[in-house]
Amino acid sequence: MKLVMAIIKPFKLDVVREALTSLNIQGLTVSEVKGFGRQKGQTEIYRGAEYSVSFLPKVKIEVVVNDDQVDSIVESIKKTAETGKIGDGKIFVLDVASAVRIRTGETNSDAL
Amino acid sequence: MKTFRFLPFFLSVGLFVLAMAIDPSAAVAQEETPVLDTGDTAWMLTSTALVLLMTIPGLALFYSGMVRKKNILAMSMQVFSVCCLMTVLWMLAGYSLAFGEGGAYVGDLSKAMLSGLTLDAMSGTIPESLFMVFQMTFAIITPALIVGAFADRMKFSAMLLFTGAWMLCVYAPITHWVWGGGFLGEAGVLDFAGGTVVHINAGVAGLVACIVVGKRSDYGAEPMPPHNLVLSVIGASLLWVGWFGFNAGSAVAANATAAMAMTVTQIATAAAALSWMFVEWMHRGKPSVLGIVSGAVAGLVAITPASGFVDPSGALYIGIASGAACYWAAVILKNALGYDDSLDVFGVHGVGGIVGALLTGVFAAEAIGGTPGLLEGNPGQVWTQAYGILATIIYCAVGSFIILKVVDVLVGLRVSEEVERDGLDLALHGEVVQ
Repeated sequence: MKLVMAIIKPFKLDVVREALTSLNIQGLTVSEVKGFGRQKGQTEIYRGAEYSVSFLPKVKIEVVVNDDQVDSIVESIKKTAETGKIGDGKIFVLDVASAVRIRTGETNSDAL
Repeated sequence: MKTFRFLPFFLSVGLFVLAMAIDPSAAVAQEETPVLDTGDTAWMLTSTALVLLMTIPGLALFYSGMVRKKNILAMSMQVFSVCCLMTVLWMLAGYSLAFGEGGAYVGDLSKAMLSGLTLDAMSGTIPESLFMVFQMTFAIITPALIVGAFADRMKFSAMLLFTGAWMLCVYAPITHWVWGGGFLGEAGVLDFAGGTVVHINAGVAGLVACIVVGKRSDYGAEPMPPHNLVLSVIGASLLWVGWFGFNAGSAVAANATAAMAMTVTQIATAAAALSWMFVEWMHRGKPSVLGIVSGAVAGLVAITPASGFVDPSGALYIGIASGAACYWAAVILKNALGYDDSLDVFGVHGVGGIVGALLTGVFAAEAIGGTPGLLEGNPGQVWTQAYGILATIIYCAVGSFIILKVVDVLVGLRVSEEVERDGLDLALHGEVVQ
């Protein structure tokens, strides 16, 4: 099993989710995060006091899938989350040691 | 059907005739005792409520929205508790020290505990209790304004002691000087609704306090953006509307003076908001929400002393001038001199009050308030205004400094660095905003 972790631009979340559900993904986890890469932050000004905001709001999607699904998932996310501009984000793939469905006790692939 | 329209009129006439038959003296004004005017009283009842609304929740929201989330409850607590404390202290001694007969520099204790304020006691055409409670709302908001200067780092106990002592020892005497029969009023200083008494007073006290307490420990190093400017917009709006009670209510009557005061207040405020907005737009490239509401407050402050003495065109110029002047003070002066006046109490209330008080001497129109200003051939009025401004600044600065030092000895002024870092809400009040 693999954990596919994607950091994407927030407004892309719905499009990516639709693409993933059409690939039969049963569930995923989304969190609101902040970060920066090559995309620089903004400057805020309050009564003359300037603040450089280095962190930009992003969305992190995490979904655990079977090994044979990884490539199609990564490809799907890449295509739907892309805008072509700096700040589109990144996708990471991590190994997952085990999984358990809490309600039934099913493990590993049966838990996904 | 048509006759029914006139029924209320005929009923009133009939009741009046009946009343005359029962008590003819009702139609004759008594020379000795002042007669309660229901129009004046109704308006002053309303004004009192409006001015209280300026503090709770107007000022509370205006300030709270501007601080970081970890201090938002502490800021609300400070404003709200000041409202409660000043109410009681005004009753115990403040009103008497301000409006008791006394001498040239302070009242007396003849009205301490509001003794003498019976149901029927009058102050002009309104009950004295109403005059007292109207003035109470001024005594509430003035110290409440100060707390913005030392936001994020003052001990709650120290804040209560300081504001309580300050109201009795600084605010009440200065009120007496200007409105209570003291030497500034006698000298001809024009201050309709509190440019010196409230705004220069609070502004200077704020400046002294923020210097004595010291800067926030991470000032300049750590970003401190406002947590929620929507709260500040709501607060500023409540201040604006409530200020009609502040200025028009200072006519202490439902009359043409009050109406003109309301008119010039609206004009000056809008002009100042636009003035700040355009100056900021040119200076920084973007017109900001914090800027426009700050400009509005600056205009409200500046028109306060002038509101019963100038006409609409005077108000327009006062607004334009104060918006720009307070922008300069809050943005350029503060950063140049390096003091941490967190919410620009001196920048907006101090400088705005000084500009407004001086310009009152320039734009005062005899036809409006009975005294001519510089533009009507009476340049001496500007000097009189300056005299009043200077007296206020000196006494307030010295008095505030002494009280702060005493409070520092008693309980200490500042919270520890850890508390400051973690935020006052949790450490001082045991609560957070989620």
